[in-house]
Amino acid sequence: MTAPALDVRNLRTHFFIRAGVVKAVDDVSFTVARGEVLGLVGESGSGKSVTGFSIIGLVDPPGRIVDGAILYQSRDLTKLAESEMRTLRGNRIAMIFQDPMMTLNPVLRIDTQMIETVQAHARISHAEARSRARDALGMVGIPSPDERLAAYPHQLSGGMRQRVAIAIALLHRPDVLIADEPTTALDVTIQAQILAEVQTLAAAHGTALIWITHDLSVVAGIADRIAVMYAGRIVETGPVDMVLDTPLHPYTQGLIGSVPSRNRRGEKLRQIPGMTPNLLDLPAGCAFRTRCPRADVNCIREPPPSEPAQGRVVRCFHPLLAA
Amino acid sequence: MTAAPLIELRGVSKQFGATYDAAAQIGRAVSRRLGLARKNEIVRAVDQVDLAVARGEVVGLVGESGCGKSTIGRMIAGIMPPSAGTVRFKGDDIATLPPDRAREAKLKVQMIFQDPYASLNPRLRVEDIVGEAPLVHRLVKPADFDAYVDAQLRRAGLDPAWCRRYPHQFSGGQRQRIGIARALAVNPAFIVADEPISALDVSIQAQILNLFMDLRRDLDLTYLFISHDLGVVEHLSDRVLIMYLGRIVESAPAEEVFARPNHPYTQALLAEVPRIEARRRRFTAVRGEIPSPLAPPTGCHFHPRCPHAMPRCREQVPALREIAPGRSSACHLNDHA
Repeated sequence: MTAPALDVRNLRTHFFIRAGVVKAVDDVSFTVARGEVLGLVGESGSGKSVTGFSIIGLVDPPGRIVDGAILYQSRDLTKLAESEMRTLRGNRIAMIFQDPMMTLNPVLRIDTQMIETVQAHARISHAEARSRARDALGMVGIPSPDERLAAYPHQLSGGMRQRVAIAIALLHRPDVLIADEPTTALDVTIQAQILAEVQTLAAAHGTALIWITHDLSVVAGIADRIAVMYAGRIVETGPVDMVLDTPLHPYTQGLIGSVPSRNRRGEKLRQIPGMTPNLLDLPAGCAFRTRCPRADVNCIREPPPSEPAQGRVVRCFHPLLAA
Repeated sequence: MTAAPLIELRGVSKQFGATYDAAAQIGRAVSRRLGLARKNEIVRAVDQVDLAVARGEVVGLVGESGCGKSTIGRMIAGIMPPSAGTVRFKGDDIATLPPDRAREAKLKVQMIFQDPYASLNPRLRVEDIVGEAPLVHRLVKPADFDAYVDAQLRRAGLDPAWCRRYPHQFSGGQRQRIGIARALAVNPAFIVADEPISALDVSIQAQILNLFMDLRRDLDLTYLFISHDLGVVEHLSDRVLIMYLGRIVESAPAEEVFARPNHPYTQALLAEVPRIEARRRRFTAVRGEIPSPLAPPTGCHFHPRCPHAMPRCREQVPALREIAPGRSSACHLNDHA
């Protein structure tokens, strides 16, 4: 079997703030294969974005990776010097962010930003870099790319800007692409366009794609495998059909159950009681136990990961057994 | 004779003029002197909309950003006057009612906002956020204030012991409950809910939707539920209105619109909605972008993106016509059927 494109092992990223230590990512392990789409699902504060930032090496103080390894081509990214990381970031490993206005420089034209990115990693002429930038824009479905190259970000619509950001991320045909809620701010018809393009491109280049989102419906449509995060931990991993049809963790079941289309029209939705937890004040043991209908005294201890079926991992003392 | 609808809009439009900063105003003044004046740019956010909501009904208003759905909500809630047309409450035109009756009618229509962080005054305690309006409108005597606020908070699922706290001490879901308690504290009959759950975490959304359904049953409320989330609208609504660029393009009972959408835009919108049941699907795309409301396409606004567009669609605005009992659609294709 070939090695995965990315192998994250026991990653811990903590933030050291005055009020205490926020364990944003706490013992997270997963792999992504070439050409595979992994959906990383969680609510705000679950640590899904910090996991993405950790992989690409953009965790700022007071945050720090305190433990674990991120293996890419048998190198541990957490041990690389910043200069080495710079040769990989935006080149072999790229990221698309939620807000395209934040990633594009508002005072530079699109061509300036794209040519800069090309030349940062490839020793080619300005003209060649420009034609590569134009091709990348065409690839993500931007009409008349030559005109768009001369535009400033504010002259483009939100969907168009996000496509430029995707084109920049894809300039060097990365091996690993991390997409952090790139369609959350966009309208349904524009979201579908972006999903269609990213899907095609990942398949064509064998890019390993990590799609971070809170929206189970988007993940259902695009992912091969799902990892569900809650309070800094992955509580369940597995193939998309198995996780969505027969969830093992009570939290996953609760999330899926509360989707309106999974309920009878007009009837009350099944809801998860309680609030999303404060990471500074997590319950001991399983962080979900205070909201969980199956919790008992055992859950005060930390549930270890178990593998009840091939390719499925769950962290729970009382998993829902597949019928 | 049937009773007048609780809320009725007739030929309602809303236009916004472009605003200019100081430099642009000077520039425009100079160019006017030189005889280069341009016509003022106008956005028709809402264009000739008719709409009626019967008592007890839940109407879902769906559309993408910029289509005018929030503007309609604001005009119904009386936050914004329409540029043309009338808004009627129980058959009375609110704009021509005597002031005391107009105030009474406006009090019966309340709004719940999208952003639970921006819609609560950060300097007021929860008891004042919820209790100020009933006190001002003399719905409650000062002596009964505490008991009244207590009951309002309890009804929205909040602990009354928190009434002296400030909004920043609450989570997003709790803040939205405060917003709901504030709206209900003046005994409204009609609630305009503008994307009330989009800013909340997934596991909290179901809690708030359930609260909406409980309150509707307990208080006999009528809702206009504005959302871009079709799954939520399908679950909650009796009737659904679909908007595109300032116009209502389709109106139908919820079950029918999701089973048999008529307007090409509705069809495209429904096809693009990601669903948890649809795995590893091929996403296709509606071509093109949503046009700028500053320069909407002529005729049917959807024609540049429509797969069935005919020459006529470029020239003639299709009227919203009844195509079956209780169903209307604004599309020229229905003339051939």
